Amino acid sequence: MTLAGFLNDPINFVAQWLTGLLTGWGFSNGLITVILYFIGILVLVVFVMLLDIGLVWVERKVVARFQDRLGPNRIGPFGLIQPIADIIKLVIKEDITPAGADKVVFNIAPVLAAMSVISLWAILPLSSKIFGVDLNVAVLYLVAAGALGTLSIIMGGWASNNKYALLGAFRMVANMVSYEIPMVVTLLIPVILADTMSVQGITQAQSGMWFAILSPLAFVIFFISAIAELGRSPFDLVEAESELTAGFNVEYSGMKFGWFYASELLHAFTFGGFMAVLFFGGYGGFFGLEKLSAFHWLTNPFIQAAVFIAKAMFGYWAIMWVKYSMPRIRIDHMLAFNWKFLVPLSLVVLVNTAILNKLLAGLPAWGYTLGMFLSNVIIGVVTIEILRAYGRRQHKSEQTLAQAMRN
Amino acid sequence: MQNEWLYIGLFLVVGIIVPVVPLAFAALISPKKPNPIKQATYECGIETVGDSWVQFKAQYYVFALVFLVFDVETVFLFPWALSLKQLPLFVVLEGILFIGILVAGLVYTWRKGMLEWV
Repeated sequence: MTLAGFLNDPINFVAQWLTGLLTGWGFSNGLITVILYFIGILVLVVFVMLLDIGLVWVERKVVARFQDRLGPNRIGPFGLIQPIADIIKLVIKEDITPAGADKVVFNIAPVLAAMSVISLWAILPLSSKIFGVDLNVAVLYLVAAGALGTLSIIMGGWASNNKYALLGAFRMVANMVSYEIPMVVTLLIPVILADTMSVQGITQAQSGMWFAILSPLAFVIFFISAIAELGRSPFDLVEAESELTAGFNVEYSGMKFGWFYASELLHAFTFGGFMAVLFFGGYGGFFGLEKLSAFHWLTNPFIQAAVFIAKAMFGYWAIMWVKYSMPRIRIDHMLAFNWKFLVPLSLVVLVNTAILNKLLAGLPAWGYTLGMFLSNVIIGVVTIEILRAYGRRQHKSEQTLAQAMRN
Repeated sequence: MQNEWLYIGLFLVVGIIVPVVPLAFAALISPKKPNPIKQATYECGIETVGDSWVQFKAQYYVFALVFLVFDVETVFLFPWALSLKQLPLFVVLEGILFIGILVAGLVYTWRKGMLEWV
């Protein structure tokens, strides 16, 4: 029972102490497991909620800086207490349910949206020793839990008894459902490269080389699909504030709206975390540096957790950067971009990764890395050339049309 | 195995309780003064026109069908991806054949104009 024991393996340390305590009180083994799980879940969920509150502050400050203004800085030092003030305001607001709304579905929708995002944190590995549970089908669980969020949007739009909320929900779901395909196909690429679906396995397979370097195209496609799945700009038809005035959640007020907003921010951060785990080495990925004795402290669970949160925050910042720099895309452009460009491209990258993974299996590490990276570069160059040729043809046909109209 | 899914089940239960607690608290302490004007459906400030449950645009259905085909394909690709390391190159080519058949379906849909948003 030493401090060093706690620092090296916090969860098992506390679990053993509690198990000893509870068996002393006479609880049975099954009940002890349930109680320990419950305490662990509560700690994790409280951590996630505090993170969510911090994310509201980060989001507002970063928006402000992108737009050349200061952001909240009145409440608390640097505006840090602002999110808490927001929560208090939302809780004491009146909860207006529109006339004719479907009350049960109307109330379930924000709860489901929040639950789908919180449940993703069960599998995110904060460290090799700090995680919720090490599922061996973690990648599949990620896709499944993300789909629950899509369901909550349709519930919110339908139950609002408002045709514009319904239209916003339809467009949003068409968007999210379309971008699931390139997302799931590019999720298969770390699975092929690591030969396991478990996130711990994928993180440990990247201790030599990040998957973002082995397959940068897969990362780019996953990044774009993730932004579309989140419903953030430039794919934010839901919150098209100038078009549908908050889309599917236009009839929500008070804390229900608060949960939609908070779950969207948390979802963005969770996807930043997944990008870090799947493509940037998660809590590890130090290119073999931690094997040197001078850097042994890099395997400490708390250092690993800090590294993971830093990488996830960087992913979240990249998502915000895209959001606040690009204009909104029209629905038909968005769907055409997905079905005519991203789906074929992601399938090509998948096929390429599968074949090269087999063919280059015998080469040393640097040969494998170089081969994979170059193949991605070649696919990227060929894609850009095809697009340019298409653009040139369009331009030429427009020019001939303009000539004909002038004569 | 059993214990992992127990954890996930408990996580989902806690995930439902956590949003409900502030909502219940808000229902206790927020004012409740409903009146018909406040509860009228929002349509940018004017009176609503027509039914609120509008006709469903058929194009959504087409996109949902194409999504369904490709989603089932990805479900079949998951075990293929996991078995690549142990099995010879022939298996990779079989999987590519499977993807190819479905890409042919996508090309057919594209040429028939089903991927337009009109």
